[in-house]
Amino acid sequence: MGQTTAEKIFAAHLRDEPFPGTKVLDLDRVLCHEITTPVAIADLEWRGKDRVYDNTRIKAVIDHVTPSKDSKTALQAKMLRDWAKRHEIKDFFDIGHNGVCHVLFPEKGYIRPGFTAIMGDSHTCTHGAFGAFAAGVGTTDLEVGILKGVCAFREPKSIRINLTGSLANGVYAKDVILFVIGQLGVNGATDRVIEFHGPVVESMSMDARMTLCNMAIEAGGTCGICQPDMVTVDYLWPFIEGEFANKQVALEEYSQWCADSDADYDKVLDFDVTELVPHVTYGYKPDCVKPVGEMTGTKIDQVYIGTCTNGRIEDLRQAAEVLKGHKIADSLRGIVSPATPKIFQEALAEGLIQIFMDAGFCVTNPTCGACLGMSNGVLAEGEACASTSNRNFNGRMGKGGMVHLMSPATAAATAITGVITDARAL
Amino acid sequence: MKKIFGGPAIFLDRSDINTDEIIPAKYLTEVTKEALKPYCLEDLKLEGFDPQGERLKNARVIISRENFGCGSSREHAPWVFEVNDIHTVIAESYARIFRQNMFNCGMLAIELPKADIDALTSLGKETNGAVDVKVNLPDQQLVACGNGREVSFSFAISPFDKALVEAGGWVEYADARY
Repeated sequence: MGQTTAEKIFAAHLRDEPFPGTKVLDLDRVLCHEITTPVAIADLEWRGKDRVYDNTRIKAVIDHVTPSKDSKTALQAKMLRDWAKRHEIKDFFDIGHNGVCHVLFPEKGYIRPGFTAIMGDSHTCTHGAFGAFAAGVGTTDLEVGILKGVCAFREPKSIRINLTGSLANGVYAKDVILFVIGQLGVNGATDRVIEFHGPVVESMSMDARMTLCNMAIEAGGTCGICQPDMVTVDYLWPFIEGEFANKQVALEEYSQWCADSDADYDKVLDFDVTELVPHVTYGYKPDCVKPVGEMTGTKIDQVYIGTCTNGRIEDLRQAAEVLKGHKIADSLRGIVSPATPKIFQEALAEGLIQIFMDAGFCVTNPTCGACLGMSNGVLAEGEACASTSNRNFNGRMGKGGMVHLMSPATAAATAITGVITDARAL
Repeated sequence: MKKIFGGPAIFLDRSDINTDEIIPAKYLTEVTKEALKPYCLEDLKLEGFDPQGERLKNARVIISRENFGCGSSREHAPWVFEVNDIHTVIAESYARIFRQNMFNCGMLAIELPKADIDALTSLGKETNGAVDVKVNLPDQQLVACGNGREVSFSFAISPFDKALVEAGGWVEYADARY
């Protein structure tokens, strides 16, 4: 019997199996941000164990609330900053260099095929786009990861999703994943890895693959995984060219992590996405999805483009293409957050920032911002936001607010009209 | 340190109760567990449930449905239960991260089949919510008492999760072993 990608990674990283089915893995990366790490730092100090297992494998960023908005968030940032300094964690990103963790860390080349990674953040599943096993964990798992470089998992079964056909113009990875979550349900992949296969994934850029994997957790999945291929190698090449004679050699090395053709899956689902249309959420759970046509006309108060789901350069290009030459409706506010300084600079150089500003958008610094209602862009009671983020829970973006999840193109079209709008109809 | 399990139950009779409902993100700016105490389940909208009410204040056990604790990885969700002396959650199923966070803190996330949760819920209705739960971890038995009636259930728990609870949590367990 062959193995899935996750099974191969588990076998290669197995440190211990204290009980049958419980696998303690060695970690290649322990990723940290300022919301979930400070309590781990404080607990390690309290235990007299303020140590790190490997300061080159730990990466840290201040991203959720930055610049700090008040004394409490300033303290969180300070705790992470001081800790990074104390342990000489070189890859620590503070104001001026910081961005949304699940966009910044891949952009720096930290995630490679076959890696294991944890972070105190549920959307860590994003990094599986590189053919890695990356899982969101709580602060205690993070704390043990920092101290010992290990994490325990029940070995997950995988769900294989074959995406066939081809995406129509104006339909994006976000629409695919919203549709898939609608099919699986919010706990349809609990304790499972979602492995994405098929020509649709193969033709996707890394940006699009990260959008796909980012929302695996919204179906309960531990990680979303794409198969490493030449697209992966091309993306990573600036970081790995010293390690391999050429790209073909790198591809051969990374291909060892691809699932075997006779691997055993919990479930195999085939979706031909040729007829797929843009999708939008309507309720308080990410599996409440509808084709955009059924939501057209829903009044919106704020449009938010950014986040670890859709704050990458391709996302900004797709939104700007729709917005170009238009103004946003008087009835709403538009906010765009390029997810990293590099993306911000690219957007500036390409004239995208100009398009957003001409349209009437507020451009913020790279941050998680409005997505979880922690810093900027909080909704008032009864308001609705068209958002490119990943979670629409009741109160997520502010008490009494409604969040409709959608692609950057749909969000941009909605910004122009003031109501949920299919960008293809503009 | 090993925790105390069981006590008066509160019923949250809905599936997919998420971590934003358990502890809203705006409170994630706190850097101590104790500071979370007043905000337990603040954003949960459920008929008959009052986050500021006596019933939650007295509860030591939560009984709920499917996919409890879905959403964010925030351990603040188990912590807000911990600082309110709720060390036991009983549900049909859990989101992975929440379940692991509970055991990592040395607390219990007990899974029971739907029929058992139905039986507990009807005992809850019969007694107007006055159900007391006793937990026998070594024998993996639960006894729910209300209205002079006792209903027992056995539950499954993985040996690893049990070991975490016995050790007082994952930090203690891992520190002794790795």
